Amino acid sequence: MEDTEIIKEFVIESGENLERLDREMVDLESRPDDADLLGSVFRTVHTIKGTCGFLSFGTLEKITHHAENILCQLRAGERKLTPPLVSLILDTVDAVRTELRSIEATSKESGAMYTDLLSRQEAAANLEAAPVETEAPSAVSTVLENPAEGEAAKQSALSDSPLSDSTIRVDVSLLNKLMNLVGELVLVRNQILQFNAGHDDSVMNATSQKLNLITTELQGGVMKTRMQPIGMIWGKLPRVVRDLAKSCGKQIVLEMDGETTELDKTVIEAIKDPLTHIVRNSCDHGIETPAERLRAGKLAQGRLHLRAYHEGGNVNIEISDDGAGIDPQKIREAAVQRGLLRAADARLSDREALNLVFLPGFSTARQVSNISGRGVGMDVVRTNIEKIGGNVDLASKPGEGTCVKIRIPLTLAIIPGLVVSSSGERFVIPQVNLLELVRLEGEEALKLIERVNGTPLYRQRGKLLPLASLGEVLGLSEGSKWSEREVISMAILQAEDHRFGLIVDGINDTQEIVVKPLGGQLKGLRCYAGATIMGDGRVSLILDVSGIARASGVIGDSQVAARERDADSRASSETGERQKLLLFKAGGFERLAVPLSLVARLEDIALSRVERATGGMAVQYRGKILPLIRVPDQPGSFVAEAALQDPVHVVVFADGDHRIGLIVDEIIDIVEDFIAVKEASRCAGMLGSAVIGGKVTDFIDLSAVIRSFDEGWLQDAASSVKEATVLLAEGSTFSRGLMRCYLDIAGHRVIEAASSQEALAKLAGGSIDIVVTSLDLPDRGAFELLDSIRQLPALRHIPVVALAGRGASKDGDTGNTGNFSECLLKFDRVAMLRSLDRLSAAVECREPAAVER
Amino acid sequence: MTDTSRQYATFYVGDMFFGIEVLQVQELIRYQEITPVPLAPSVVEGLMNLRGQIVTALDMRRKLGLPARAADSKPMNIVVRSGDGVVSLLVDEIGDVLEPAADTYEAPPRTLRAEEKDIVDCVCKLEGKLLLVLDSGRLLRAPALHESQLAEVSQRTH
Repeated sequence: MEDTEIIKEFVIESGENLERLDREMVDLESRPDDADLLGSVFRTVHTIKGTCGFLSFGTLEKITHHAENILCQLRAGERKLTPPLVSLILDTVDAVRTELRSIEATSKESGAMYTDLLSRQEAAANLEAAPVETEAPSAVSTVLENPAEGEAAKQSALSDSPLSDSTIRVDVSLLNKLMNLVGELVLVRNQILQFNAGHDDSVMNATSQKLNLITTELQGGVMKTRMQPIGMIWGKLPRVVRDLAKSCGKQIVLEMDGETTELDKTVIEAIKDPLTHIVRNSCDHGIETPAERLRAGKLAQGRLHLRAYHEGGNVNIEISDDGAGIDPQKIREAAVQRGLLRAADARLSDREALNLVFLPGFSTARQVSNISGRGVGMDVVRTNIEKIGGNVDLASKPGEGTCVKIRIPLTLAIIPGLVVSSSGERFVIPQVNLLELVRLEGEEALKLIERVNGTPLYRQRGKLLPLASLGEVLGLSEGSKWSEREVISMAILQAEDHRFGLIVDGINDTQEIVVKPLGGQLKGLRCYAGATIMGDGRVSLILDVSGIARASGVIGDSQVAARERDADSRASSETGERQKLLLFKAGGFERLAVPLSLVARLEDIALSRVERATGGMAVQYRGKILPLIRVPDQPGSFVAEAALQDPVHVVVFADGDHRIGLIVDEIIDIVEDFIAVKEASRCAGMLGSAVIGGKVTDFIDLSAVIRSFDEGWLQDAASSVKEATVLLAEGSTFSRGLMRCYLDIAGHRVIEAASSQEALAKLAGGSIDIVVTSLDLPDRGAFELLDSIRQLPALRHIPVVALAGRGASKDGDTGNTGNFSECLLKFDRVAMLRSLDRLSAAVECREPAAVER
Repeated sequence: MTDTSRQYATFYVGDMFFGIEVLQVQELIRYQEITPVPLAPSVVEGLMNLRGQIVTALDMRRKLGLPARAADSKPMNIVVRSGDGVVSLLVDEIGDVLEPAADTYEAPPRTLRAEEKDIVDCVCKLEGKLLLVLDSGRLLRAPALHESQLAEVSQRTH
């Protein structure tokens, strides 16, 4: 049937019209007297209505008809545009959109009657129009009841735009095909130029020069056909902002600069969602309510500014608001609290700290709104933008506003890349990942490349960069070791938020390359982003820098897994005890671990600053004396009293004002892992062993180590907090040990119990202030323990804190643990200590005698 | 398999004689320079440039678990169109296009080795030799990756 063609055309055309309508209506709200704008809105609605009538879509016709009535009255100056009217018309636009979707799918209307909308429309058209002269309806109806005239109006509306005659619609797939062909032409051109370089033929030279020029121009031209103005996706933002502002009770003006900046269609599609997300964030979190703004001495109306412009081969998009801004200190705190910030990164600059918001799971929003605040957004924004070779940066000044800057390449099909070689093969590194090139010769190489237990690190301007060898990552260079070479070439690359050096055999040149995907047989390989054809006709692989970083271990797999798990879903079914751990080497132990949450800072202290005081070493640290302790030596090892390194690596543990430094030989890493294998301690000062990151790791019993050094420290510390005697009931020796660490260091006295039986026995012994129990307690479980406790008159009032495993969702647990005094996540040190403080304070109030023991 | 009009492009790998449906074959070409892909499954010989198109080359000898061909003998390419792109099969020698009679088809014998059974659809009894007709769908399905790669993949798709 011919009709299907017409309907398709209608759907496409109306879709475009609706988008324009959204934009214009919001504009109109701010400039209600703009007659041209109103005229344009009217024509658009009229066009849709006219076509609906023609194609006999009754419902559509009806709803657009009413909207048109209202607009007509507006145009005639019979009434003023009010926000409710704008909302009404926008709702109409939504209804039309819904219908169009149904028509697109089934060629039929959905059958919905929109009675509510229609009655609202009628009410608006009749009641409010009443005070004004009543000629309007008849004027409207003459236009409407005359389809021929409607068509004519449509024609004239179209000819208003000078573009209508000079444009044609082209199927995107045709453009894609053209783009592919041009890509191939570029390759042939490269080949001919390369061939030509080896021959001295003036005619050939001239011809290939011409070919070169024409190809370049053609490439530009075809790329232009795929270009779309960014206004395409900005178009719907005014509506988004308006709706958000209304629902949050804020006043926001949206300003846009550079709507005509053009981008490749694929890029446009890829940034649509991230852009919307950032804008929503600005509206929801950035811009304050009018009251807050006035208090801060700003205009009540917040300003959101979008700006797009070309710069080099990239397009920059800036989204800035003049809202509350982001406090870098708050970000740091939130990041540490959420366990997202590595202690090693504690000395972040403000700018770096701000960019932490792009970490998965990050949100500073105090409450989750339906708009944002769940902490899943910004990392997805970054992932999506990095996927198309772009990057995001965030700058903010507290009180003044926030600016998110997105940088994206113009196109994806042809990218600049650096050609490098390794073991006789050439590889291409996308230029976007490249930071700089380094060439080290002889002495210099030895001096600047350090090895830590075989792992090479490069000292770049005072910072350490991990190194990976391309040959080794890809399993190529078995013959010659890079480290034995005279000259070492490396490319400093950026993958996600990590920098690293990639050692290659040779660095060739940069080229414009045409990216081709790899076949299905090679899809699983994460080291490659695709392939391309070089000037000599041979195929070269394009490296995926993140993939290389992962394969070489520069980005830890546990971290990657964590990131992916986070991104996948929060409700992961993983059970077990996931913890961030600091791994280090000390006292003859190759691999020791301590929970990162206990670590305050990592410091390098010059040996000359270490002083010997009575009974041990100490250092002056932040105006106080920081006692230094060492890990007890492993039995049988003879490294006792080994000379200290310079500088001394110190892990600082803190509780309130009280600090203690643990001297370690070397910091290995920070990992987040499930503690896989649990084995009880083999020697004093250790909690036990577990497999972390694939290697057996000993867990240090920090409280024991500290106690062995200075019995008084824990007591001292204890005096500064409300000391309590805590019964810790937990089945796993290992977890118990870790939690005991937390409690000991915070100054509480700890009595351990491995089962509910044991717990009850110890409780009967008296002198316990608070019970902390794991929910999955052996033999009878925490619930029965609680019941038993509550049945004993002496213990009825004792607070019982339940600890839930990480696997269980917090909401689900609190739902059925109403009888516990509190329910917390296991290993959430801060929360646990806070709740103990609270509870012990309460105990103190009730029976003061109980504390003094 | 009663459609008599089926034609097969035939080729040799080792002492085995294979056929693949002619409609799926894009072209037959001489050996082309191939760029190896490190870390790829062993069946993947590498990538080659087929007039601006990048084609994955699969070594049939490795697919069938045969010893590598002598260094001086270059394989031939049978370029096959598959669902997701074009793949080239590296074979020892190329034969004629055959149209076996309908009554010569038989299911693959159960005693075939797993390597062959996996990819052979049926067997044609020709004069003096057997034509093993390939199931291109199964042949071109992404080959099993090595364990290490599987681990990588599972991590990615986690």
